[in-house]
Parts: sequence; structure tokens; C-alpha cells
Amino acid sequence: MKTPIINKQLKCLSVIMACSGMIVPVSAADLSIEITNLTQGIFFTPFIVASHETNQHLFQSGMAASPSLQMMAEGGDVSGLATDMTALGAMVITNPNMGLLAPGQSVAAFSLDSGAHTHLSLTAMLLPTNDAFAGLDAWPIPTTPGTYHILVNAYDAGTEANNELIVPGAGGPGALGIPADPTMKAGTGGSGLTSIDHNTTVHIHRGNLGDDMIDGGKSDLDNTVHRWLNPVIKVTITVQ
Amino acid sequence: MQLIKSIFVMTLLTSLLSACGSDKSTNVVEPEPMTPVTYTYEVTLLNNTHNQPLSPITVLSHDGDYMPWQLGMSASLALEHLAESGDSSMMASDAAVYKSVSDTAPLMPGATYTVMIETNDENNYLSIISMLVNTNDAFTGLKQYDVAGWALGDSATFNLFVYDSGSELNSELAQTLPGPVAGGEGFNSERDDVDFVARHAGVVTMDDGLTQSALDQSHRFESIVAKAVIKRVK
Repeated sequence: MKTPIINKQLKCLSVIMACSGMIVPVSAADLSIEITNLTQGIFFTPFIVASHETNQHLFQSGMAASPSLQMMAEGGDVSGLATDMTALGAMVITNPNMGLLAPGQSVAAFSLDSGAHTHLSLTAMLLPTNDAFAGLDAWPIPTTPGTYHILVNAYDAGTEANNELIVPGAGGPGALGIPADPTMKAGTGGSGLTSIDHNTTVHIHRGNLGDDMIDGGKSDLDNTVHRWLNPVIKVTITVQ
Repeated sequence: MQLIKSIFVMTLLTSLLSACGSDKSTNVVEPEPMTPVTYTYEVTLLNNTHNQPLSPITVLSHDGDYMPWQLGMSASLALEHLAESGDSSMMASDAAVYKSVSDTAPLMPGATYTVMIETNDENNYLSIISMLVNTNDAFTGLKQYDVAGWALGDSATFNLFVYDSGSELNSELAQTLPGPVAGGEGFNSERDDVDFVARHAGVVTMDDGLTQSALDQSHRFESIVAKAVIKRVK
């Protein structure tokens, strides 16, 4: 009986794969990650996704934001968090979507080789907001292969009062205002909702308020467009 | 007809017996049942909102390809009808749906509806759907839940989320709200919103800064609006 060449090659390949599989550490995990924006009126700045050791965090609820987290939450800049996590030995991926993630859209599945790391974290800023971010804090990476769905909530970094005023360029730490409105639905001329941050630790965001005045009112945001209810993103992770 | 049936059964018996080969036992060989196996599930739904009646609850059984809605995708015409007017008839009559059952009246806050639905081996997915009627186009439900392999008595409980069909602007104007709060228009074929399904952001209401809204604080809701329990009973 004639055996096609291709079958022989496939047999060789499967033998190689079986052998190499034996020398890979048992704890190694290749993760395939997909992120879906569940909202109808909120954009996300570029994500940072990191696998890391236990007791390492991008953020923690109830704790003051790090300067790097503040940079991300107020202006969408993840470079500080990337430097911090890389220094801790984390495997870091930034900007998997190559830009903003629009409402209703998904970041196409990308992979992350988590090696022997036990936990996964990710975050990105919500626009238009003062300092809201979606965050997954130290999710234990399952050892059982399979597909896992995680619903992720929006947090307030507690570093900037939610005045809800659009101030182009106000993305730097300490610059009060929402740096950009990619939805192009915000108004102007608001008087500012508040100048006080009552809880200056990271906490679940109370949501945008907005108002129904395109000119004036307290907020520049539109209360029929820019609100949300948690969760705001869905993360689908396939452990191989 | 009776004769044809007998011949068929005899042929079947013969082939089954011959398949046994050298086995000389005198076991009675039963022919395979001719009708497909069906299963029955009891679905119970509780309206967990404060003041949002749910349009008559509809439960569907179907195959793995039928999707009543998809996040990020444009609503089907059947979903638009359901989400804007509470009318699930177009959804229930979809060719991909095996069985559908609907309540006869809206389900009031705090009230519970229980119904039986049949599945078979080709249609072992359940979906539940209903509109929050004091809204422009909010709906809740359970999408394409796989019940294959459930044992008799198995059950599961779900908190159901609220979604926005994205097919009608959330103006909250009286003339656009079909529920008892206003008795306004239901379905309108115009698509004047984002035109994709997503999680709902909640209603604003006149008490929270939307002057034109016919809704008040009582109509507000959080992300979870209903509770469902599914149990295999047959």
C-alpha cells in the first residue's frame, strides 16, 4: 500500500510535538485572550495585559493608586505600568488593539505566554471620564485547559475629582478634566460637577452622571450616552 | 399500512438478530423507538426590578446555530420587534426554533412565571427573552444555554442582565415608551441609535437629570433585572 508523503511528514511532526511536549514545564500556559467592550457609549484606551507572580498588582481596590496607575487612569498612558511590571518580571503586552477600543467592538484574540506565572491582570481607561478604568486584578490562571469568561467592572482611580468637563490635553496627572471624547457626543460649557474626590483610594466607579444640556449645565457629558452599568468589558481567556 | 409496519419491524428484528452472530440466547430484541427522544425543562422566571413590567416571557428551544441576539452586532428584525414593543411572535416563529412557549400577560415586578419547554437531541439549547416595557428598547434574557447531557432533576439558577437592542434612541419620551407609564409607540422600523446590541446603561429618568423623560426614579434598574431557574423534569 502506498503511503502519501504528506502523511509521513505529519507522523514525524506529531512525534516531534509529543517529544517536545515532555520537556515543557508542567506549569507553562499559553493564553489566548479576547476583550469585548460591552458598552454602547464608552471607548477604552490601549490595554495593558500582564501575567505575573502572586502578590503583584496593577491596582488594588481600597489602596491608593500608584503614580503609574494614575497616569493610565487619567490619560490612558500605560507606559509607566509596563515599566513597573516588567521590572517585577511580568510578561507584559500593551496596546493589543493598536488603538482605542470602540463601543460594542472586540480586541481580536491575541496570545500571551504566561510561562510559570500564576496570575493575570489587565486594565485600560474609559473615555470620556476623568479617571475611570476597567480592571482585572490578579486573576488566578487556571491550570485546567479550557475557555474562561470574566466580566470586568469599572473602577475610579480616586486621583481626580469627577468634574465631567472636557479639557483637551488634560490627560497628565494633576491636570483636571476629561482629556478627550472619542464618541463626539459631549457638550461644552459645563460648570463642573464637583471638585472633590471623597474616596481617594481605588474603588468601584459610581458612573458618569452627565446632563441633558449640550451647552452649559454642570457636566459636559450626555446622560443618555455616556453612562454605564457594570460590567463594562468581557474577557475571554483560553488556557491551552 | 399495518402490513408495511409489520414487515418493517420483522426486517428490523431479523437484522438485529443476525447482528448477534453466534449468540444463541433467547433475549427478546426490542426495536429502536421510532420517535426521537424528547426532554422537558421547567423554566421559572422572577421579575427582579422595582417598576419595570416584563413583556410576556418567551422561552425557546433550538439548535446550536440559532442566536436570539449577539453583543456588538446589529439587532435582527425579530429582536427589534421584541425589544421595542415586547412582541416575541416573530422570534418564536423563526424556522430555527424547535419549540416556543410564551406567557399570556406581562410579568409584574416581584411576580414569577413558570413554564415547561420541550427539547430533543438536535435542539438542546434554551433561550429566554422579554422586554422591559417602560423603556425604549431594553430587554433581558438568557441566550443559547446548552442543556445537553442534563440528568433528570438537574437545575441551574441565573441572574439575568439587561441589554439595549441599539435600535431605538433612549429618549425616554412618553410617545416612545409602550409600557403602562406612557402607553406610547412600540415598534418603529427606524434605527436611530447605535445599531448594535450591548449591555444597557440604565434609564436616566426625570428625577436624575433628563427633563424630557416620562420615567421617574421608580423605573431605574441595575445591571441585573431578573432571576431564572431551569430544571430538567422529564
